[in-house]
Amino acid sequence: MFRRGLLLAAALLALAACKDPGSAVNEPAPTGPGVKGAPDLALGEAVKAQGATLRTIRARRRLICGVNTGLIGFAFTDNRGQWRGFDIDFCRATAAAVLGDINAVRYVPLGSTERFTALQSGEVDVLWRNTSWTFSRDAGNRLDFGSINYFDGQGFLVRKSLGLKSATELNGARICVQTGSTTELNVADFFRSKGLKYTPVVVDTEDQAHAAYAKEACDALTADMSELAAVRAILDNPDTHMLLPEVISKEPFGPVVRQGDDQWEDIIRWTLYATILAEEFGITDRNVDEMRRTSANPEVRRLLGVEPGFGKMLGLSDDWAYRAIKAEGNYGQIFERNIGRNSPLKLERGMNALWNAQKPGLMYAPPMR
Amino acid sequence: MSAAMRPPPRRTALQWARTNLFATPLDAGLTVILSLGAAWLAWSLIDWAVLQATFTGESRSACKGSGACWALVTARWPQLFTGFYPEGHRWRVAAATLLLLMAAAPFAMRHAKAWTYLLAPAGIVLAFMVMGGAHVLPGVPSEYWGGVFLNLLIGVTGAIFALPIGVLLALGRRSNLPIVKALSVGFIEIVRGVPLITLLFMASVMLPLFMPTGVTLSRLMRALVVITLFEAAYMAEGVRGGLQATPDGQREAAKALGLGPVRTTLLVVLPQALRIAIPALVNSFIGLFKDTTLVFVIGLLEVTGVARQALADYAWQGKDVEAFAFIAAVFWVVCFAMSRFAAALERAPKVKPVQEPA
Amino acid sequence: MSRPPIPIRARIGGRAGLVAQILLLGAVVLLLAWLARNAAANIAARGLASGYDFLGRSAGFDISQHLIAYAPEDTYWRVFLVGAVNTLLVSVLGIVSATALGVLVGVMRVSRNWIARTVATVYVEVVRNIPLPIQILVWYSLMLIAPPPRAALKLGDHIALSNRGLYLPWPQPSTQWLYTLAWIAVSVAAGAVLERWLDRQSRISGVARSFWPGWMLTIIGTAFALTVADNPESWSFPRFHGFDFEGGLVLAPALVALWAALTFYTAGFIGEVVRGGIVAVAPGQGEAARSLGLSDGQALRLVILPQAFRVIVPPLASQYLNLVKNSSLAVIIGYPDLVATFGGTVLNQTGQAIECLSLVMAFYLAVSLTISVLMNAWNARTAAWSAR
Repeated sequence: MFRRGLLLAAALLALAACKDPGSAVNEPAPTGPGVKGAPDLALGEAVKAQGATLRTIRARRRLICGVNTGLIGFAFTDNRGQWRGFDIDFCRATAAAVLGDINAVRYVPLGSTERFTALQSGEVDVLWRNTSWTFSRDAGNRLDFGSINYFDGQGFLVRKSLGLKSATELNGARICVQTGSTTELNVADFFRSKGLKYTPVVVDTEDQAHAAYAKEACDALTADMSELAAVRAILDNPDTHMLLPEVISKEPFGPVVRQGDDQWEDIIRWTLYATILAEEFGITDRNVDEMRRTSANPEVRRLLGVEPGFGKMLGLSDDWAYRAIKAEGNYGQIFERNIGRNSPLKLERGMNALWNAQKPGLMYAPPMR
Repeated sequence: MSAAMRPPPRRTALQWARTNLFATPLDAGLTVILSLGAAWLAWSLIDWAVLQATFTGESRSACKGSGACWALVTARWPQLFTGFYPEGHRWRVAAATLLLLMAAAPFAMRHAKAWTYLLAPAGIVLAFMVMGGAHVLPGVPSEYWGGVFLNLLIGVTGAIFALPIGVLLALGRRSNLPIVKALSVGFIEIVRGVPLITLLFMASVMLPLFMPTGVTLSRLMRALVVITLFEAAYMAEGVRGGLQATPDGQREAAKALGLGPVRTTLLVVLPQALRIAIPALVNSFIGLFKDTTLVFVIGLLEVTGVARQALADYAWQGKDVEAFAFIAAVFWVVCFAMSRFAAALERAPKVKPVQEPA
Repeated sequence: MSRPPIPIRARIGGRAGLVAQILLLGAVVLLLAWLARNAAANIAARGLASGYDFLGRSAGFDISQHLIAYAPEDTYWRVFLVGAVNTLLVSVLGIVSATALGVLVGVMRVSRNWIARTVATVYVEVVRNIPLPIQILVWYSLMLIAPPPRAALKLGDHIALSNRGLYLPWPQPSTQWLYTLAWIAVSVAAGAVLERWLDRQSRISGVARSFWPGWMLTIIGTAFALTVADNPESWSFPRFHGFDFEGGLVLAPALVALWAALTFYTAGFIGEVVRGGIVAVAPGQGEAARSLGLSDGQALRLVILPQAFRVIVPPLASQYLNLVKNSSLAVIIGYPDLVATFGGTVLNQTGQAIECLSLVMAFYLAVSLTISVLMNAWNARTAAWSAR
């Protein structure tokens, strides 16, 4: 009896002390050049202090990127098991900037519930995972949002023949809406807050919503702006349809890092800004070498590391942005490749166009100086 | 239409049909309706899954017919079986699978030598080392393991480590010591009272909170800890059934021979109880193996997770039924074979009864 | 029961047993304390809130299906209730339909008809050996590729199935229903009383009854009440109008898929339980019943099933419990059950993992406990019967 009790206790303690062979193994060394001069740091040390995240990443020579478990255009794996998508490209650009190797990334697919836990416990270094930036997520969880890499929001698509100028004139309209999404809630909230009435024509999928609108089953179609633009593009006479100016919800997606390591947050933020600045200056993955040699623009020279000293401020080498752009191209290229016109999603740039583009959007990076 | 109690005597085919198919008008009607229904169902299934199906292609646009689009499976079969394990290292997955099967084998045999059981944990540790690299082979972290292999790994590891804990819990539940009994009963009933999915959520969001600062377990490890404890509670009930079925005379005889309570339990009662419990334990393992399709909810890329990833690729959007039908078929083959096996064990003559003293 | 009473010394296991138990208890307490300390440190380090105060805060998100009144302004506690009701709804629906199908399958499994036997066997072997999550996903995919409302599959005039859900007639609230319900209640009561009386008569006279005037009374009464109530004012029927059905009751695709999967999966297991119960009744019972002149159906209904029932109930209760737990798989297709709402969205919003998951687990434990208490009460009653 005595021994049985002891055995039970021992078993419980053994379980509690269970060690993790998964984290004890080493991955194959990255193939790229790697970055020298960083002090090594034992794995598993608390990742809290200033610069600790960067030191940890360098010691393991790999970035661990939290991504969506599967979202068309943003994060998915192809037939050969390679990760692809808009968010994935930012992971690769970050790896290029920090480690000089786009393949030095380990992707950890995360569900929506566990993504913040995984980040807080140090399981991943950064979330590039279509996460909407909200007050309580930013302020309440010891998390920080780097910036915004994709603006989305809900709007209305109508026929120009109705002669509408604003969504507030939609009183009494029939509105096609996809059910079960926040879309449905937002439209209800919007009309309630304005004291207007509407008849929802509820459908189950995006395709059905498009078809219903195309067959004039409803006066307006409501969905995320990016999607509405895509719908308008495939309608018979795109010019006879228009987007109303109101955006009734905001979904700003951005990268998330742990609070307290400002250096790492800066690296993430400026990796994104580097791609935006590159688009602004017309730098692409193809002409980046030439620009680096020939450009006289001081901002370009600083960005691409011709003028020394800027990378050091981030704790990186001076060619950090050059490496990211060389690897993945500028913001516009990343956008077009994954979700833009050259992709199955065929999304318009819309709000995600540069601030100074012909059709201005919200993409704006602070100056490089 | 009842009556299993009337075994039909052997007669000619016509007579057989009369008793087995057309005994009464009601029976005849039932026969006709059911055969037509079954034939229609079988035909539509074959038509969809084989005759009209497309078997190869790089994306769904290759699937022109009205049948199933198996191109999804053929284009991604290495992923479906081995997850995202690096190409060129997949032989290690095969080796680890073999090790796992070898580790599990003694538990399926009725007369395996005792020492073979002790090799099981060694086999599992070896499988983990082959997969992970163990500083000898190039390391591959557990985020890259996946597919059907991961289901097998979780199932076998969970079951083998759960067994000793389950035995302890079962003994604890039958113990005379009130605290031991209360703790065992409490653990078993709590774990059996809640759905596995809540325990998996616990593994993914609560377990990290309970670890000392700086210690992180990989998500596979966390899932394994929870699944092992979960399975232990179910195995405890199987073992308890075996303990109850062991004749009291055995215990008394051992006592009369001068064996102490510990040795009586270890040498006399447990070996018999476990043998009786084997079919129940195999059934419990089948349940666990089926449950492993759920761990994708915490981001582990077992076969369901891999399939869902494939469906998030624009190339395969909307081919859900094919992806899940494939998984269903794989699991059906494995689980059906195992359940037949458990049934055969149940039918086989029980442990030879020790002669009762006259 | 055959064991002799254990002396008190043995019950506490002597001095060695006492020491071992105290050590074990100490180890468990230490382990729990260690976990609690880690949790406290981690929660502080991550700036997470703790405690159940959040239950009073406004949730701010909507739930697509709620049987009790709910709006986004309601509290998190209300979300818990809505989720729990949704879990119970799909569980009760599943238990009713799985039992009906399971009994049918179980009886078919022991049928004399070869085709019936084979079909039932194939059915059981297929559904039991395919993981339930996969079955749920398959049903859900099938729901989504069902025809759109315009081309909905129709069963009669009043039931339709489309990719937006299952449409059913639903009673229109009106005072007329009160009369109808009262009428139904009266017919059921009258039928039951008559049945009881006739039963006693037949037991006294020893003449087996072959038909049931009492239940017929009930059925006729109920049918009459429903026919009277069957007018356009008292029912809301789903009618195709414009782009979708209007009126009636709509069950969302996720609910239908979950319900179907739980029904077909659990029916396989219940079928085996029922078969086991029937087989457990001594074969002589059926033969004796028939030699007394009872038909096959009568033998099954009057002799075999009542006896099989006692064997069936305990494993049946555990299947019900499994069904309730399995309904938590709702989360993989987005049916707003307790796990999906409270263990999912609320946890996601508040970040209070320990609090949310403990409440969810407490709910399932309470359900388990309730079912086992009912089971034990039932066992005690049947034990008393057989002792009589």
